[in-house]
Amino acid sequence: MTAVLQVEGLHKSFGGVRAVADVSFAVDAGELLALIGPNGAGKSTCFNMLNGQLVPDGGIVRLEGRDIVGMKPRQIWRRGVGRTFQITATFASLSVRENVQMALYSHAGRLRSLLSRFGAAFAAEADGLLDQVGMLDQATRPCGVLAYGDLKRVELAMALANQPRLLLMDEPTAGMAPRERVALMELAAKLARAQKIAVLFTEHDMDVVFSQADRIIVLDRGQLIAGGTPPEVRANPNVRAVYLGGTH
Amino acid sequence: MTFASFIIQLLNGLAAAASLFLVSAGLSLIFGVTRIVNFAHGSLYMLGLYGAYSLIQALGRTPLGFWSAVVLAALAVGLVGVLIEVLVLRRIYKAPELFQLLATFAVVLVIKDIALFAWGAEDLVGPRAPGLSMAVEILGRRIPAYDLLLIAIGPVVLLAMWLLLTRTRWGALVRAATQDREMVGALGVDQARLFTSVFFVGSVLAGLGGALQIPREPANLELDLAVIADAFVVTVVGGLGSIGGAFLAAILIGVAKAFCIGVGTVHWFGAEIVFSKLTLVVEFLIMAIVLVVRPFGLLGKPQAAQRLAADPAPPLAVPSWTFALVWLALLIGVPVVADRYVTILLTDIFCFALFAVSLHFIMGPAGMVSFGHAAYFGLGAYAAGLLLKRAGLPMELALVLAPLVAGAFAIVYGWFCVRLSGVYLAMLTLAFAQISWSIVFQWDSFTGGSNGVFGVWPSPWLASKTAYYYLALAFCGAGITLLWRVLFSPFGYALRAGRDSPLRAEAIGIDLRGYQWMAFVLVGALAGLAGAVYAFSKGSISPSAISIAQSTDGLIMVLLGGVETLTGPLAGAAIFTWLRDELARRTEFWRAVMGLVILAIVLLFPQGLVGGLKALMQRRREVHS
Repeated sequence: MTAVLQVEGLHKSFGGVRAVADVSFAVDAGELLALIGPNGAGKSTCFNMLNGQLVPDGGIVRLEGRDIVGMKPRQIWRRGVGRTFQITATFASLSVRENVQMALYSHAGRLRSLLSRFGAAFAAEADGLLDQVGMLDQATRPCGVLAYGDLKRVELAMALANQPRLLLMDEPTAGMAPRERVALMELAAKLARAQKIAVLFTEHDMDVVFSQADRIIVLDRGQLIAGGTPPEVRANPNVRAVYLGGTH
Repeated sequence: MTFASFIIQLLNGLAAAASLFLVSAGLSLIFGVTRIVNFAHGSLYMLGLYGAYSLIQALGRTPLGFWSAVVLAALAVGLVGVLIEVLVLRRIYKAPELFQLLATFAVVLVIKDIALFAWGAEDLVGPRAPGLSMAVEILGRRIPAYDLLLIAIGPVVLLAMWLLLTRTRWGALVRAATQDREMVGALGVDQARLFTSVFFVGSVLAGLGGALQIPREPANLELDLAVIADAFVVTVVGGLGSIGGAFLAAILIGVAKAFCIGVGTVHWFGAEIVFSKLTLVVEFLIMAIVLVVRPFGLLGKPQAAQRLAADPAPPLAVPSWTFALVWLALLIGVPVVADRYVTILLTDIFCFALFAVSLHFIMGPAGMVSFGHAAYFGLGAYAAGLLLKRAGLPMELALVLAPLVAGAFAIVYGWFCVRLSGVYLAMLTLAFAQISWSIVFQWDSFTGGSNGVFGVWPSPWLASKTAYYYLALAFCGAGITLLWRVLFSPFGYALRAGRDSPLRAEAIGIDLRGYQWMAFVLVGALAGLAGAVYAFSKGSISPSAISIAQSTDGLIMVLLGGVETLTGPLAGAAIFTWLRDELARRTEFWRAVMGLVILAIVLLFPQGLVGGLKALMQRRREVHS
């Protein structure tokens, strides 16, 4: 079986500075892979090359065997990639349910209708997704008034709307209270495993990383320096050097 | 073109660029720090010109008198700028950006009438600069010495600005605030004083730009909007907030225009192209090209993100059928009971209501502010008139085809516009409106030039004011219903979603640009319909239907009613049209009264009339319960 996401020899430089150099890894269906590293290690650059916001200088990104380099974010989404953002991005003037419905309408290719009334279709599907993330009781509230942790849940529901094979989560718990963090990531892990979705996430909270990830890869100065299960990574001297300082 | 004439045109262009640079640098400076698009900046230039005229008369036509007058006029304009900042803008820095814009429109109206009152409607031709009235011979051609002085003034002011911005504490604050105004506030800098001082310097530059033109250009009341359009182009081409960019862009545009005039008429492949009439087109084409290639101008940077973003737009409420039907019934009954005057006024209001609703659609839910919406209104009106008079089509057919013509223009203009966002987008819409205006204005043989098209009357069965009232009600009512319907369709929701978060829209597969383009075409066609209905109701069309003033009228209607409600633009259109009509019949200075009314509304109801009334009712309900 091929991996859902396969990255080989990814390169990106900004004006002579190598942000990401020769990065390769793969994520399997139902697996949670954490991408970690100190600030400035190249995590965001790496992430943005996978979701289509940056075009890599070199390397291959395969989604279920097909190269997606050069595709726009919306084309990548159409191939089954869901995303959540470091700073939540939802439609503030629309209700929670309408937010999820937008994703469902878009998935079904039904947004180009000019005269039908929005909201009649996919209400049950939207409520199903909201139920999964525990937001059904707030379905009619506009996103603009929600608490931050709840917005993260709405984003998760939207990311699941196109029945993704891959979920890209950029710092999914940033800005949340510590207790909420593990809960959100547990939820994401549960849903991903049940639906056989591959998950790649970056994260600063080591409690979240080591308790939820199946595997961890570590980026430092644009290069992968370690990879493996949480206990392996925890024991890796290179990782300790990067995070705790010292010579290397 | 010989080498000599090349040099001459170059010098002409550089001389024209000097004032353009001064006024644009001021605009750019003010925008950079306060994030206010100051529409009144052209008015300050105009005041500089008038002020210099009067001061020279008072101080005498000596070199000393002339130059003291120029400097004093510039300083006086600086004080006017301070007055505007302290009395109006300081109170609304926290209001939505569009409301600040509305306030500066109001200031334009007030200043125009103050100038009308003080200096009269006639053009005033100033004296030549004493001691510099001779010409210098260069390569066998004569160049006014004053022009050479102007050419030198541009770089001198640029250098002075550069020193001011890089060598003084004030300059450091200005640069810091341009990058991150909130952080500057958080560091304990008195923002009110900083903003006032920036307004003073920016206004002095505008006033100086105007005053220096006194030997070259007569003072007149049309300068305010003409100059602001030029200054917008220069600042946007150069990059908002960049003084050096403004300098480059002013030279680029000044020289390009001079060459157009210099080239004159050219025959290419049998076609006659009159370049001297295409100066405006060339100017705005340069802008369109620069913005598509470099969306933030020659030396500009992407706009700094604002942490204190405006509150998200509230959800839109679907208009109720009862509400619509009651109004429809009332309006159907009007011609039975009301007199001819009311019928005609309401016909006007219908046209402007559709115009305002189409503008609201694009700037509210679709999130693309247009400063040039009159382009489609005017093109629809001209299409109707020309299809009737030149193509000889029946009136009914012309009325139906006109919106399609406007929509076709929107396809072209929109393709460029949806590539930009924010202020840059707004400026580009203005550019396209000005291109349309200048073509209509200068293509005498086809469009009737400044006189416009006459005899655009409806067919006999629609000739009575009552019959036409019902036609206008039907067409405009249908147009508004269509736009509202689309707002609540999946397409309309996708637009709103894209306005709320372009990032998320793209991430769930929405081709936002494509949707925005479609929206542009839709509202363009419907604004064109409004223009066509308007043209047949008046019997004639003039270029003013495409003017900046027409575009700003639309903005005032929408903002007056409130951009956050659907009915706001209707109320705004009705109140604006009625008030303008009432005031114009009572006083020559109706603009000033209008401006003061708008200012009062801006200061009292920062959410617009309908939004403000809703908030008021809400508060009363809360008090009662």
